[in-house]
Amino acid sequence: MTTLSIPLPKRPTHPTGVWDWVTTIDHKKIGILYGVTAFIMFVTGGIEALVMRAQLASPEAALVSPEVFNQLFTMHATTMIFLGVMPMGAAFFNYIIPLQIGARDVAFPRLNAFSFWTFLAGALILKLSWFMGGAPNAGWFGYAPITGLAYNPGHGIDFWVLSLQVLGIASLAAAFNFVVTIINMRAPGMTLMRMPLFTWMTLITAFLIILAFPVITVALIELLFDRFYETNFFVTTAGANPLLWQHLFWIFGHPEVYILILPAMGIVSEILPTFAKKPLFGYPVIVLSGIIIGFLGWMVWSHHMFTVGLGPVANSVFAITTMAIAVPTGIKIFSWIATMWGGSLIFKTPMLFSIGFIALFIVGGLSGVMHSSAASDAQQQDTYFVVAHLHYVLFGGAIFAIFGGIYYWFPKMFGRFLNERMGQINFWLMFIGMNLTFFPMHFLGLDGMPRRIYTYAEGMGWDFWNIISTVGSFTLALGILVFIVNFIKSVRSGEIAGADPWDGRTLEWSIPSPPPVYNFAQIPIVHDRDAWWAQKREGIPAVPVAGSSEDEHDIHLPQASYWPLVTSIGLFIGAYGLLFTIDIAGISRVPVVAVIGGAITMVGIVAWALEPVNEPDESPEHY
Amino acid sequence: MAHAEAAPGGGHDVHDTTTGLSHKKLLMWAFLGSDCMFFGALIATYMVHKNGSLVGPFPEDVFDILTTSTSTFVLLMSSMSMVLAYNALTRGSLRGFRIWLLSTCVLGATFLAFQVFEFNEFVNYHVEIDCVNLNVEKLTDFEKTFIDRCDGTVDHVEIETGLTPRTNLFGTTFFVLTGFHGGHVTIGVIWLLSMYFYSFKKNGITSRHHEEVDVAALYWHFVDVVWIIIFTVIYLFGVFPGFD
Repeated sequence: MTTLSIPLPKRPTHPTGVWDWVTTIDHKKIGILYGVTAFIMFVTGGIEALVMRAQLASPEAALVSPEVFNQLFTMHATTMIFLGVMPMGAAFFNYIIPLQIGARDVAFPRLNAFSFWTFLAGALILKLSWFMGGAPNAGWFGYAPITGLAYNPGHGIDFWVLSLQVLGIASLAAAFNFVVTIINMRAPGMTLMRMPLFTWMTLITAFLIILAFPVITVALIELLFDRFYETNFFVTTAGANPLLWQHLFWIFGHPEVYILILPAMGIVSEILPTFAKKPLFGYPVIVLSGIIIGFLGWMVWSHHMFTVGLGPVANSVFAITTMAIAVPTGIKIFSWIATMWGGSLIFKTPMLFSIGFIALFIVGGLSGVMHSSAASDAQQQDTYFVVAHLHYVLFGGAIFAIFGGIYYWFPKMFGRFLNERMGQINFWLMFIGMNLTFFPMHFLGLDGMPRRIYTYAEGMGWDFWNIISTVGSFTLALGILVFIVNFIKSVRSGEIAGADPWDGRTLEWSIPSPPPVYNFAQIPIVHDRDAWWAQKREGIPAVPVAGSSEDEHDIHLPQASYWPLVTSIGLFIGAYGLLFTIDIAGISRVPVVAVIGGAITMVGIVAWALEPVNEPDESPEHY
Repeated sequence: MAHAEAAPGGGHDVHDTTTGLSHKKLLMWAFLGSDCMFFGALIATYMVHKNGSLVGPFPEDVFDILTTSTSTFVLLMSSMSMVLAYNALTRGSLRGFRIWLLSTCVLGATFLAFQVFEFNEFVNYHVEIDCVNLNVEKLTDFEKTFIDRCDGTVDHVEIETGLTPRTNLFGTTFFVLTGFHGGHVTIGVIWLLSMYFYSFKKNGITSRHHEEVDVAALYWHFVDVVWIIIFTVIYLFGVFPGFD
């Protein structure tokens, strides 16, 4: 067979060093790559926020121009959502899920590497726009027609469209991978209702990504065609419906907020029982509530559009579904509180962040229920009240849970503890800073201060709360700084943690810290919901002792590969290249660079498919 | 050094997976679920903008139901030959498999040729009015806008109007929707062709190693089903009155 005789380089075998990191397909290393990259992006998004807070500290300030301010809030939100919170969630999916379900890797290890490199490509396209003539400036939801060529001729929106498109590919690839991994690679005996809560919430999140991202993909394709090829999707002068984008965007956008918060809920559901020394209260209802949230998340999108005039019937229906979604959320919160009730609480940093999560998420949830009333929302739409709400659920909610997760799983990842004293300082600075920053925004919003304004006049009564908010944001930043110092110090010289430093319940604590490359020397057999806990407490021999019986050289793991990286580089060049066109042989605007990028992607995919695998009768992967 | 996929569930031993399904098949089902939303959003866009074009040509001007019915028939037959290919393989006839698989590719390519022809027709669409035997009743709304060209000095009017993605909302939504479907068919044809060549490799595809074929067939049937919806909603509803 001729095509198979193409001389392909052998699969790379670098045990350490840079080449190891760029060719790795080990889920644990990819998890760390995701985490570090996402955290750097989170810091850049935070800096963008600090510049905005500095600008808004006093009335009529002139630190940045109105145009730059527009770019700042657009980049801040897009960064935090797509480059910060989502990939930090992905970092935990990657590192923790295979360990929690007793697997040696994910279902498609090379696809997993591809997801990470494609995420990095999308992140670079977005972030480099600052240096390429201007960042996007139309808000994270990029409402067309205002993002159309007629109103926004600069390249900022192009970068935004292309980067979200590439990030969408990364998210979809990862979600496919985790759905298959969780459904199909559980250790024997781990039925669905024995799965750890974090795994459950990841599964629901992955389904939401699979179903929600194609919708934003289509919306972005349509906007891209409008901008690059002068089609009419969002051209109102050609008769287009200006609400089309809003509907498509929020059909994606509302499930997206559950994509952000469900993993956080999963993390908290792991931490609380561990530090309360009690089983999770109401495991089945928490699972069911997660599923219901996943369903209802599809039926509430128009509550983002209460003021566009859809009419009383549509507004009432979406108000009711939105109120309904508070029920499963409330059930979860009560279950978490009941988990702590009567427990022997240990107030280590992960626990503090989890309790902080519950408290702050309740505040954000309550203002969310206020928005669900269409009449009330008409007063709050586009004011700082909404900014306060969304930061209580996304910062107080998602980010606090993620920090809790970092403190909780860091000993598993690096074999060392994060410093507890600095952790406590980190928590309190963030908790106080967060409330100082965002609570005053409730007052500002109800006082009528609109979102997305670059400055405000003196004498509006907004001066005091704005300066408080700015002070709070820098307190918050100090808390993050303490975390960074703690992380760097603890990775190198933190207190050594054993395999099971928190007296954990799930399978990841049954193996050494950091885990060996093959995770489980022997695949565990699960007899119980908290399998590792049951083994320790009741002596149910679920988990074979690590390193026993099976010779580790007999464990076959997939080898590293160049091709996921090559495919992602092709996508990066291909997407970027769409902006560079030349006229060749009478054909105008040929995207030469994009064609080159596409060719590199094709080479990557073909080589990926033909890459040698172990067994002679093994057929290559097509994905 | 071994490099099989991670156990459990690696390679082809589906007995190692939790569900008994292979990873690849599960992946394809997840992808198809995602693709449903993709085409759903594109079709929804078409429906939202249906009858929203401010200028012609409109669907009833350009659609030729007979031609498109023929290409639809061709595509549906390709699904049948795909089933026969898979069936031949499971019965152990590699030769039958190759014949039916190649038939599927040819039928798929024929459908694509129809689509290229149709796109070309639309782009070069021109209004023709016979001014001598003028029957206004039989003209479409778009054609009626040109009646005043029959000013008595000519007995025949022909105007190059064309329909491109830039012409109007109909052109925009139609070409992008059917274009993405055509892209899916193209990928399918390439995939099936690669499988045809792969079947010549020793032990590449056998009556017991047909996972790849099974997964590709799922994709192929899905793309057919999407076309049935497009044909009904865009073509049939676009031409026959009463569905506006």
